[in-house]
Amino acid sequence: MTGRTDPHPAIEVTGLRKSYGSFEAVKGVDLRVEAGEVYALLGPNGAGKTTIVEILEGHRDRSAGSVSVLGHDPERGERELRERIGIVLQTTSVDQYLSVSETVNLFRGYYPDPLQLEVILEATGLTEQARVRVGKLSGGQQRRLDVAVGLAGNPELLFLDEPTTGFDPSARRGAWDMVKNLQALGKTILLTTHYMEEAEYLADRVGIMVEGRVVVEGSPQEIAGANSSTLIRFRLTENVPPLPNDLGAQTAKVAGIHEIRTTTPTTTLHQLTSWATGQGAELEELTVSRPSLEDTFLDVTRGHADDGEGEE
Amino acid sequence: MRTITFALRQARYQNTAFWRNPAAAFFTIVFPLMFMVIFNLLFGSNEIQFEGGTASLSTFYVPSIVVFALVGACYNNIAMTLAFSRDNGLLKRIRGTPLPSGSLIAGYVIHSVALAILLVVIVLAAGVVAFGVDLPTTRMAAFIVTCVVGAATFCALGVAVANFIPNADAAPAIVNASILPLLFISDVFIPMDDAPAWLTTFADIFPVRHFATAMHESFHPFATGPGFELVNLGVMGVWLLASVVLAVRFFRWERRR
Repeated sequence: MTGRTDPHPAIEVTGLRKSYGSFEAVKGVDLRVEAGEVYALLGPNGAGKTTIVEILEGHRDRSAGSVSVLGHDPERGERELRERIGIVLQTTSVDQYLSVSETVNLFRGYYPDPLQLEVILEATGLTEQARVRVGKLSGGQQRRLDVAVGLAGNPELLFLDEPTTGFDPSARRGAWDMVKNLQALGKTILLTTHYMEEAEYLADRVGIMVEGRVVVEGSPQEIAGANSSTLIRFRLTENVPPLPNDLGAQTAKVAGIHEIRTTTPTTTLHQLTSWATGQGAELEELTVSRPSLEDTFLDVTRGHADDGEGEE
Repeated sequence: MRTITFALRQARYQNTAFWRNPAAAFFTIVFPLMFMVIFNLLFGSNEIQFEGGTASLSTFYVPSIVVFALVGACYNNIAMTLAFSRDNGLLKRIRGTPLPSGSLIAGYVIHSVALAILLVVIVLAAGVVAFGVDLPTTRMAAFIVTCVVGAATFCALGVAVANFIPNADAAPAIVNASILPLLFISDVFIPMDDAPAWLTTFADIFPVRHFATAMHESFHPFATGPGFELVNLGVMGVWLLASVVLAVRFFRWERRR
């Protein structure tokens, strides 16, 4: 394994901004990813995740801010940096007419110190497909080949842009195991995703992005824990008067389910149950829960999500 | 040195993929050979007037097919491959690797030139064996120089035009629409002896007719002298330079968004 004498963090970004015309896709982002860390940028479509990753990869120039990737400025397009990073873009793109092992070998040849073919195929679960033409692979296998190509040069730092989008659940599990294997090999990984479970399962740290900003950052546990409110959920039968206004907590109704967020769950529950008993109403499907990463994500992104912007 | 090693390696993989792609192999290799057979069977025994005598029309069609094959292997092949690779993200992916961009482009060019050489050899052999055409032995130097300038010009033109192809779907239409009419008005498929003057004047703007004229001249059965068509080669050289400038100036790694 490569010795880590590098004093720099793998990625250090301050005040990063990127505008396309009058549209500002990234609005001042700070980011620090340590060597050996798996960091997930989590956010809805159009949040600016891919823009950030493509700036770090050297595919886009930034509008403002400073960026250091393995001690290099990716905007200068230095060969030395490209020898040390691996990139898995959002879209699959390899020659249909080459076989899996030919494709991986083609890319291995670009690097001074490539990973062995067998190791790459093993890590990506493509050993049995080694001689199969790329055009005949399933979608999931092609995506794994993307990762295999990204690994070809034995990179210290690997970018994975939405590696499992469009996967069925079992293929996603397989891909997660693969990322865990890479983590065990000591790779630093920056991944983007809009799946909460993916970030929760894979990442040491998560940054939640909304509209060009990282709004929450920390380990999955920290993020869930920082959301100190408790969530009370229940359904009310028809013909019940509205909830009292004096619950002293934030209430909402989502798809017929009432949600109450409170920092004083004992008091709120007491008020709620007293009110329900007084009205003769039943709080159906009542749950009281600590928020998960998913709840936090939804909290943070609520009202921003799905504003129609695809990949930026 | 390393750039050249990388380019040769790139060309080798390009070649493997090329022969496995039925459409590419058919249009680049089979198509010109098919045209050669058809034109020669239909018209080969007709006579054509040369300065100094008459010869069979095969003496016209063999160099014509050399031009057609070379343009297809260089211009069509590179413009098409590059447009597809750009559209499906292959170029963007390669940009993220240490492969020098010069090696990438040189790989396409080397592969195309290799295909062109293969085709020229086949056409010449068929011309001698099947259609009774004399090899341009007395003007071999002019023939080779014409092939080299033609290959360079049409490779550069392919890279340049690919910059302006918006996506893969548009590639076949743009490439064919840009080259086929020129092949028809440039003394390649049809001798232009009876064509209106304005049409040949128009054709003379573009490099195909100059290439065809220089090529035909090297096969001239009655002419004497080395046969270097300096004016025609010069016009091709201008196109070559302009194409290189456009190829570099407007090169894109990704399709337009």
